[in-house]
Amino acid sequence: MSLTVNTVATLRDAAYALNDRARYLGGGTLLMRAVNYGDQAFDTIVRSRETDRTIRSEGQGIRIGAGATMTDLLASRDAEALHPVARVIGGPAVRNMATVGGNLFAAPPYGDLATAFLALDATVQMADGQSMPMESFLSARARSRGLVAAVMVPRTGPQEFRFAKVTRIKPKGVSMMSIAARLPGAGGSLGDVRLAFGTMGPMPLRAKAAEQALRGRSLTEDGIREALRVCCDGLQPGTDELASEWYRREVAPVHLKRLLLGRGR
Amino acid sequence: MMPKTPLSFTLNGSETALFVDPGANLLDTLRRGAGDLTPKLGCAQGTCGACTVLIDGEPHLSCLTLAETVEGRDIATTGGLADGPDLHPLQQAFMEGFAAQCGFCTAGMLMAAKALLDRRPNPSRDEVIEAIGGNLCRCTGYEPIVDAILTAAARMQGRSA
Repeated sequence: MSLTVNTVATLRDAAYALNDRARYLGGGTLLMRAVNYGDQAFDTIVRSRETDRTIRSEGQGIRIGAGATMTDLLASRDAEALHPVARVIGGPAVRNMATVGGNLFAAPPYGDLATAFLALDATVQMADGQSMPMESFLSARARSRGLVAAVMVPRTGPQEFRFAKVTRIKPKGVSMMSIAARLPGAGGSLGDVRLAFGTMGPMPLRAKAAEQALRGRSLTEDGIREALRVCCDGLQPGTDELASEWYRREVAPVHLKRLLLGRGR
Repeated sequence: MMPKTPLSFTLNGSETALFVDPGANLLDTLRRGAGDLTPKLGCAQGTCGACTVLIDGEPHLSCLTLAETVEGRDIATTGGLADGPDLHPLQQAFMEGFAAQCGFCTAGMLMAAKALLDRRPNPSRDEVIEAIGGNLCRCTGYEPIVDAILTAAARMQGRSA
C-alpha cells in the first residue's frame, strides 16, 4: 500500500484534512497496527503538530484533551476517578502512547475507557465545535469522519463510580468484558444509575434494563437481583478467541454482582 | 513512488539521520535504516512488547510508532546498554540468572526494566511485574526475569539482592 503522511500545524487543519481515505494519527496504537497489517481502507495518515493533552476542571466536570494518554490520566489528580480504568489498560508502553481520543474508536476487546465514559455520561467535543453525548457518538463512530477534540466528564465521587475489567490472563490481559457503573446514592437508595458494558457488543453499550431495575434499590443481594436477571438485555455479545457469546451471557451477571456488591476476586 | 522523508534523531547517544518511507514505523527504521537489530519484531500490533524502546526515557512500542514522530527525539535501545565490553547491570543479571531462554523477548524486557529502574531505583516485586506487564515471554520464564531485574536494582543501589 502506498501511504501518504499529511502533517498539518493545528487540530483544526487536521479536521479539514480528514476524508474517507484518511485517518488521524493519535497515539498510533490503533492506526499503526492497521498500517502494519496492510489495511487498504485508507491511504493517508493525517497528523497534527498541535496536540491537546491537557486535563483540567471545567464547570461541573473535567475536560480531557483527546491527545491525553493513559499515563497523562494517571498523573492527573482531576482524573482520579478514571485511574482504576487507565491503570488496567496495556503495559507502560501502551499507556505512554494510547490516547483518550483513540480509545473512543477502539473495537472490542479494547475500549475500556470508552466504556467508563459511557457510564459516566461523558460528552464528546469535536474539533468543529460540535458536542454530542458519548452514547450517540459511540453508536455512530463507524461513520464518524470528524476529529475528536476533547471529552467532558461530569464530576463523580470515587464512591459513585465502579469499574471492573474481566480478563482470562493474570495479572493483565485484554477484556473478556468490562463493566462500568455510576451509582449515585450507593450508600442507600440508588439514584440515576448508569451501567455500561464493554466487549459485549460492537461498541460499549448501556444495560438500560438493569439500570432501571436498580433505581430506588439498594446494593444488597435482594436489591440487585432483578438487575442481574436482565443485565444482558440489549447487549450484543459476540464469540471470539476469548469467549463465546453463551459464556459471556452466563458470566455477565456474576461479574456484575461482584462489582455491585464490592466483592472483587 | 512517494518521496522519502528526511528524519534525524539521537540513537543511543549518537546523532542519526536517514530517510524514511511514508508510513514507516520506528522499528523498521531502526532495524533497516539505522542497522540496530536489537529491537525485535514480534506481533506488530502492540501486544508482545519485543520492540520496546525508550523515547525520551519513556517506554514505547517502536512497531506502533510512526517514524516521522521521533524527529529530534532521543531513542534508546538495548544496543546502547553496554558500555564497551561492560554489560549493563540488567544485562549482567539476566545472563547470570538465566533470565533469557530463547532470548526473543529479552531486548524489550531490558528496556521496560531500564525505564522502571531509571524512575524507581528500588522497585518492589509488584512494581517490576507491572513494569513488564506489556512484555510477553513465550518461554514463560517470568520468574527469572523478575528476579534478574530485582538483582540488577539491588546491585545498582549497592545492595545485595
